[in-house]
Amino acid sequence: MPSITTPTTLTKKALAILLATLMLLSVAPSALPSALPFADDKHVSVYSPVATYTLPVLDRAGREYVGLLELLEPLGRVSTQSDGRRLRLRYDTVDADFVAGKTRAKIHGRDFDFGAPFLIENSRGLVPLSSLGALLPLFLGTPVNFRESARRLFIGIAGIQPSFRLDAGNPPRLLLNFSAPVNPTISTEPGQLRMVFKRDPVVSPGSQSISFDNKVITHASYSEDNGNAELDVTANQPLMASFSNDRRTIVISAVMVPVQQTPAAPSVVGTGAGSQNPAQARPAANSAAGNNNNNVHRVLVAVDPAHGGEERGAALTDTLAEKDVTLGFARLLRHELEIRGFAVALLRDSDATSTLDQRAAAANVSRAGIYISLHAVSQGSGAQVYTALLPVEGTSNGVFRTWNAAQAPALPLSRIVSAAIVAEMQKREFPVRASSASLRPLNNVFMPAVAVELAPGTEGIADLTSPNYQQRAASAIADAVVSVRDQLGVQP
Amino acid sequence: MIPRHLLIGVAALLVLVVAMGIYLRQMRRQAKELESPAASALPVAPPASGPTETVTLYVADDAAGVLRPRSAQIPLPGGRQQRAEELLRALLRIYQQPGAPHPLPPAADIRAIYLVDPGAAVIDLNAAFADQHRSGILSEQLTVNSLVETLALNVPGIQRVNILVEGQTRDTLAGHADLSDSFDVTTIEGSQ
Repeated sequence: MPSITTPTTLTKKALAILLATLMLLSVAPSALPSALPFADDKHVSVYSPVATYTLPVLDRAGREYVGLLELLEPLGRVSTQSDGRRLRLRYDTVDADFVAGKTRAKIHGRDFDFGAPFLIENSRGLVPLSSLGALLPLFLGTPVNFRESARRLFIGIAGIQPSFRLDAGNPPRLLLNFSAPVNPTISTEPGQLRMVFKRDPVVSPGSQSISFDNKVITHASYSEDNGNAELDVTANQPLMASFSNDRRTIVISAVMVPVQQTPAAPSVVGTGAGSQNPAQARPAANSAAGNNNNNVHRVLVAVDPAHGGEERGAALTDTLAEKDVTLGFARLLRHELEIRGFAVALLRDSDATSTLDQRAAAANVSRAGIYISLHAVSQGSGAQVYTALLPVEGTSNGVFRTWNAAQAPALPLSRIVSAAIVAEMQKREFPVRASSASLRPLNNVFMPAVAVELAPGTEGIADLTSPNYQQRAASAIADAVVSVRDQLGVQP
Repeated sequence: MIPRHLLIGVAALLVLVVAMGIYLRQMRRQAKELESPAASALPVAPPASGPTETVTLYVADDAAGVLRPRSAQIPLPGGRQQRAEELLRALLRIYQQPGAPHPLPPAADIRAIYLVDPGAAVIDLNAAFADQHRSGILSEQLTVNSLVETLALNVPGIQRVNILVEGQTRDTLAGHADLSDSFDVTTIEGSQ
C-alpha cells in the first residue's frame, strides 16, 4: 500500500531538515580548521621597499595558492570587481581580467598563463604560488626575485647579506654584520645558537655552510624555509648573543665552562657582573626544567606586557598604543632573560585581551619565581619601577591568601628586586625612580612582583619604539634579576 | 460622492501622520535625555562661602613624581562633609590652571564626598575626571595620592578612602590605578 504524505508530516520533515542544517552550520566553523590542517602553517614572506609582510598559503587541489588582493594591497592602490566567476582588478594603472577555473588571464592587454587554474572564493581571487615570479612584474613593472622553495619574495630589493668575522680571542666571538638593522628570534640549546629572521630580508652569506678555524666556534649554516631565513652557529661551548651597532651587528660569544665545578662553588649568580655566567647560559630552552647541576635551580620569570587586544592602554601618540610598545619590550626582555639562563613565561605574546585576574592567575599557576609587568607612558623620562601599594603584613588567613593582598608576604623581596632594577638602570644612565602603586595585578600575585613603566629618553617619544632604547632597559632589568637570582625560587 | 477607497486611504494617511508626529516627539525627548550627561561634565556645586581658612593641600608634581605640601586660603563651610568637598575642589582648581604641575581635565569635578564613620571616606568623581584623565601609572597614582592625603590631613579621623566615578565602582582611574579596593591612608602616607 502506498504511503501518504500529509502536510503535517511535510512540515515536520522541513523543520527537521532546517534544524539539522542549523546544527551543521554551527559545527562547521569549528570543524573547518581540522579539515585544513596545514592552512595556518604555510606562509609566504614578501619584502619590498614599501612594506614587509607575510601571507597565508592555501592548499587547493594539491597546489599552493595565495590571495591576489592581499598580495598587491600593501604595494599600491588596488580595486576589484567580481561577479563570482569573473574578477576584474586594477592595480595603479594596470588592468587585469581573470576567470575562475581558467589557467590564462589578461593582464595589461597581454595574455598570461598561470600554469594552474585561477580560483575565486567568496569574491576573493587566488593565484598559484608558483606563478608569482612571472605575474608580479606585469603589475609592478619591476623585477622580482621569488624563491619558491623557501616561499620568500623579494621585490625591488637585493636582501641583506650577512658577513662573518671571527675574533679568536678567549673566549672567542663571532661577529655577524648586516647592512641594515635586523631583529631575529634567537634561541639557544647546548652547542648551538639559532637566529630566525622572520621579517628581515636576510639572504645567504654566499655559502650555505661556513667552517671556522676555531676549536670552540666551529661552524655556521644558512637555510631558508616557509618564509623565514635561519642562521645557525655551532660550537662546543654554550653560546650567547648580543646586539650592537644599532642592531646591525650580532655578537655571538662562547661562554667558557670550567672543566670541573666544585660543589662549593655553585653557579648561582650573586652579582650583576655574573650575568654572563656559563652555567646559566647553558639551559636556554623555554621551560622551567632544571639542569644536571643540583646547585642551580632554574628560575621562571613571568613577563607580562600590560594591556592588549581591545584594551589599548595609554595612547602614546595618535597612532602608537601602549599595548604595542609593551609587547615589543616584553619580547626583548624575554630574549635578555633567556640568554642569562632564565626560563621565561610571556603572559601575552600577541595582541590578545586578558583580564587582570587572568594575568594574575596565569602567573600564580606557573609558580614563577618573579613577576614583571611592563608599561609605557608618553610623559616623564627614563623609567619608573613600582611595587604594590600594600601594607607589608597583609591579612593572615592561615594557608589562604586574600586575593587583593596576595602580594603582601612577598613585598619585602619585591622591593629588593625594584631596588636592583633601579641600580642597574642608573648604571646605564637611565633616569629612574622606585615607587609604590595600587596597580593590579601586582597585588594579586604571590611571588616577588614589580612593574616597570618605560618613559621616553632624550630622543622623546621615538625612544619608546627604539630597539636600542628598549634593549638598554631590558638588559638592565635582566641583569637586576640575575643579581637577585639566589633569592628567588620555587614558590610554596 | 467621494469613493469609499479614497476615504480609507486618506484616513490611513492621517493616522500615519499622527503616529509619525508622536514618534518624532519621543525621539526628541530621548535626544534631550542623551544630552543631559554632558551637563555632568560641568561643576556640580556652587562656590562655597564662609570664613577663609588656611589649609595644606598635597599637590602632585609630575616632573618630580612626588606630592608637595602647599598652603592655601580657601573659604570653608561649617559641615564636615562640605568642608571635605571644598578642600578637594580647591585642589582641583590648582590642577586645572594653565601650566599646572599635574594637569587635570578642565571638566573634572568632585560630585560628592561621603564620610562614613568610623574612618571611611568615599570620593565620588564625575565622569569627565576619569574619562579625560591622562593614562599612566605615575600620573594616575599621583592623583589618587593627592586626593587621599589632602583629605586625610584636613579631615581628621579618615583612615580609608574609596573612590567612585559617577556613583559607581570602577576598575581603574584611566587604565592603571586600581580603584576597586579602598585606599589605606597609612599605606599611602608611607609610600611617599
